[in-house]
Amino acid sequence: MSDFVIQTEHLGKLYQIATGQARYNTLRESVTGMLMAPARKLRRNNGSDTRDMLWALKDVSFEVNRGEVVGIIGRNGAGKSTLLKLLSRITEPTEGRAIVYGRVGSLLEVGTGFHPELTGRENVYLSGAILGMHRHEIDRRFDQIVEFSEISRFLDMPVKRYSSGMYVRLAFAVAAYMEPDILLVDEVLAVGDIAFQQKCLKHMQGLTQSGMTILMVSHSMAAIQSSCQRAIMLQHGHIAADGNTLDVIDQFRKALKAAEEYPAAALRPAGETGTAKVAITNFDMFGADGESKREFKFDEPIRIRIELMAHERVECPMINFGIKRGDGVIINNFNNWYDNFRIDYIEGPCVMEGWLPPLRLVPEFYEIHVLVWPWGGGHLAGDLSRAFPIAAVTYGDFHISGPGLNTHDGVYQTPALKWQFQRGATTVNYDAMTSTSIYDAFQETEPEDIQND
Amino acid sequence: MTQSTLDTVRTEDVKIKAPGRHATPVVIQPSHGWSALGLREMWHYRELMYFMIWRDIKVRYKQTALGASWAILQPFLTMVVFSLFFGRLAGIPSDGVPYPIFSYTALVPWTFFANGLTLASNSLVNSANLLSKVYFPRLIVPTATILSGIVDFALAFVVLAGMMLVYGIAPTINLLWLPLFMLLALITALGAGLWLSALNVKFRDVKYVVPFLTQLWMFLTPIAYPSTMLPEPWRTLYGLNPMAGVIEGFRWALLGTQMTVGPMIFLSAVAAVILLITGAIYFRRMEKTFADVV
Repeated sequence: MSDFVIQTEHLGKLYQIATGQARYNTLRESVTGMLMAPARKLRRNNGSDTRDMLWALKDVSFEVNRGEVVGIIGRNGAGKSTLLKLLSRITEPTEGRAIVYGRVGSLLEVGTGFHPELTGRENVYLSGAILGMHRHEIDRRFDQIVEFSEISRFLDMPVKRYSSGMYVRLAFAVAAYMEPDILLVDEVLAVGDIAFQQKCLKHMQGLTQSGMTILMVSHSMAAIQSSCQRAIMLQHGHIAADGNTLDVIDQFRKALKAAEEYPAAALRPAGETGTAKVAITNFDMFGADGESKREFKFDEPIRIRIELMAHERVECPMINFGIKRGDGVIINNFNNWYDNFRIDYIEGPCVMEGWLPPLRLVPEFYEIHVLVWPWGGGHLAGDLSRAFPIAAVTYGDFHISGPGLNTHDGVYQTPALKWQFQRGATTVNYDAMTSTSIYDAFQETEPEDIQND
Repeated sequence: MTQSTLDTVRTEDVKIKAPGRHATPVVIQPSHGWSALGLREMWHYRELMYFMIWRDIKVRYKQTALGASWAILQPFLTMVVFSLFFGRLAGIPSDGVPYPIFSYTALVPWTFFANGLTLASNSLVNSANLLSKVYFPRLIVPTATILSGIVDFALAFVVLAGMMLVYGIAPTINLLWLPLFMLLALITALGAGLWLSALNVKFRDVKYVVPFLTQLWMFLTPIAYPSTMLPEPWRTLYGLNPMAGVIEGFRWALLGTQMTVGPMIFLSAVAAVILLITGAIYFRRMEKTFADVV
């Protein structure tokens, strides 16, 4: 018998997708719902009502042994967060079961249970208790928590007077010292300033080496690769791969390449209803070699092509390709309007292609958001935050590959225009732009570089 | 290159107790039918309950000018108004004790009940953030809210003791029963609070129902008038409203009113316990969907 601490058997969770604006129910709706129930049941038997239900997780079975650090990867909506929610008992499974040995702690959200009116000291105890710590455990770790959070001077001040940085540091410190038997982490925490982020990462690294069982969800392949020996890949709520981290990440990349066709739902226009004037009917990305693909090299130029169907004439449209990293960081936007390329109007089928420069993004997963705006609507002043796009579609997950860099280095890596070095009478000028790219530099010197550090 | 920043990890300050296989396994699976109340788990989480009560007490009157005096002002001012209009002008009888103390004795437990009910019914919705992020027995949330009201009750009770002194009313041996009547008020508030808080997660109508309900309930409870205005057997049947039993019990224990309260209080106790049990069962049934719905 293996020494497992988590065992799941055919775990499944069925969600009812909220249709339209119905955020929460009122009695009236419930009563009419009850009256309509027979009719709905009839329809369900015909099998046409299943579109309102979604298996966020289905038939998920796996075991985790004590001390294992397991990464959970998958596209958005693959069921990663649902799995953590089930294991932390926040919500109940619809079918199957999971057996968990020991205390489960989660870093699903820092600052859970903080009350703004209470002081830092009081919140440490309150939040600790909510996370499942006993009073004597908090007493024992109190000094460590305070030291880690670096806010000892403000300990007796209500947290509502804290800066957001202080708040987050204290919240993370409490969560970090809860020391459960099994830790669930959703997205590696990047909080506070860079120095504190490094501290958090070090702490996480320490935890992964300490023999704690950890399940980690992340969009950052670098984080998964550096912490986990094993990874589980989820796809549409099922386990698509389970095994050695490198193999599973490799499979994930292959799966992305294979997913050239987007489900019809993703191609629907974003308008409130189906009455949007413009629909994005097709999307594709091409590399330097002109091939359609989703995996690009570090400094490879990318061509994006979209096909539109404008059911009405739209004057002076603004077509935008927004690039977002898997963990939600917005990288930048390419936009015909910003680049002073005016299109007089769109009508009927149209095609827009954009040649992006080498982005030099660090190797990671990214997504493209395609947006189309009409003339006016707030973007005249350059402020798009209040404008409503007439078409918006997210095309998830393309990947940038390349060795050496990862998200800890930042978003992108670009060379300086020029370097100059002086020592005595010697002056050396170096024009970085004409040299080999950093991507090649990494490839040449990679082995020594890593060892020397 | 950047791996270096992560290499220098000191593991000595992170020591993990290995969870033994002796640790009780937690089985996570869909619950069917009548799930157990999980009282053992509530006991396990008693410290959290303590912290939640403590938080509610600390926070309740933060940033208010009058602070905890609100606990006294609410029942006291109501008493003044009642004495003027019901006692003086309408001439409502008060079982042979001065009307002000007659109504205040009722208002102290009533304020505890009504405030507890109002706060409890919103408690789950107000902690939506917690419910969707962390697991703990959900029963703790409304229970702690109601229990924290005991502090307010105690403050208002001190004023009641002062008034008894002023009016020269000496408590009788019946006083020993008072904790039981207090428990009855607690059970009633908790029973109704569990129903309303769980309903509120799904139906936000509850938010509008509660103020109306407490107002209606107040008039259906012998606060401004004595239940002796009713003839038997209606007076005893009045006990089906558990708060009627609580209030007549309070008057009997503190003021020595001459009414036979036994049968009425028995009926109230039965009604309160039924309310609590059904409330707890409904709460537990709805609990599993809280995080998805709230």
